[in-house]
Amino acid sequence: MITGADFLRLLLESGFDFFTGVPCSLVKSLIAMLEERGGYIPETREDAAVGLAAGAYMAGKQPVVIMQNSGLGVCLNALASLSRIYHLPCLLLITWRGYQGKDAPEHLIMGDISPTLLETLGVPHRVLSAETVQDSLRWAVETLKQSNQPVALLLPPGVLQ
Amino acid sequence: MNLAEALTVVVPLLRDELVVHANGFISRESFNLNDRPGNFYMIGSMGLASSIALGVALNRPDRRVVIFDGDGNVLMNLGSLAMIGALQPVNLVHIVFDNEAYGSTGNQRTISAQVALEEIARSSGYQRAQRVDTAAVLRSTAQEFLTKAGPSFLLIKIEPDREERKIGRITHEPPQIAARFKSSCQLSVPSSQYKEN
Repeated sequence: MITGADFLRLLLESGFDFFTGVPCSLVKSLIAMLEERGGYIPETREDAAVGLAAGAYMAGKQPVVIMQNSGLGVCLNALASLSRIYHLPCLLLITWRGYQGKDAPEHLIMGDISPTLLETLGVPHRVLSAETVQDSLRWAVETLKQSNQPVALLLPPGVLQ
Repeated sequence: MNLAEALTVVVPLLRDELVVHANGFISRESFNLNDRPGNFYMIGSMGLASSIALGVALNRPDRRVVIFDGDGNVLMNLGSLAMIGALQPVNLVHIVFDNEAYGSTGNQRTISAQVALEEIARSSGYQRAQRVDTAAVLRSTAQEFLTKAGPSFLLIKIEPDREERKIGRITHEPPQIAARFKSSCQLSVPSSQYKEN
């Protein structure tokens, strides 16, 4: 397990400097750290968060959008018809509810299809584990730079403290 | 006033503002009237022009950021009015061209005839919120809103175009629109012009 404080430190060291999103209990500790640091923008919807990140990117920032995978469904069109076609990169940190079919009923279908949705959408992604956070962030930064597109990190339960 | 007439009043008042346009005829009319690098034309992602503009405004507090929005777009993302009211970006001017219709899909009605969008903006915390319906009042109010501290919300009641406008689409590719807008964001402009109260 990695702490919220360590995860935030790695994100900042990777150059990310604008944070928005809609919360999930799986990223409680990270959002608490972001709130303590200041400058975290709690959005009303995940698609609006993608829009906000698009604006922040054009204003010179390296944005991170935090959401639950339920929110991936909300922001599909924003990712397709804004981020992807305009080449507006952002790091999507998506918590993976319904992971391995073990969760409340409302999470099961989205949990099952989350990686497929990202593939269909053409968003490169990796699944985070406590041991590979640093590697995955390095990969994300490289891929964001090369592709000029959103990149996603899926966060299953049990990775972030 | 129709959309083209309202834009003909507002656009000449612009100087170095960054302008995020909602999709549909708002983008297309403005593009054909006066294309400028500081214009971001959102061709998809309906509803998000105000979110994009907020993201710009928060990170370039030294620049004035304007949204050319539509009633259908505002209604699709009402949460954005709450965000803007909560975050209070003083450099943001939200201009809504309200024809009470979804213009580019055939003028189907929206509900903005029944719902006063400027009242929602006011109660969300915008510093100024006003409805205008004549060119003369539009000119003076837009002039005022473009120089004073915001966030400001200007609702322009316009007539829907009865016949479909034969107006060209945006000819720039989306990555080009984003790249030149991003470059415009990096420019610094004389700050005194943007910090009046």
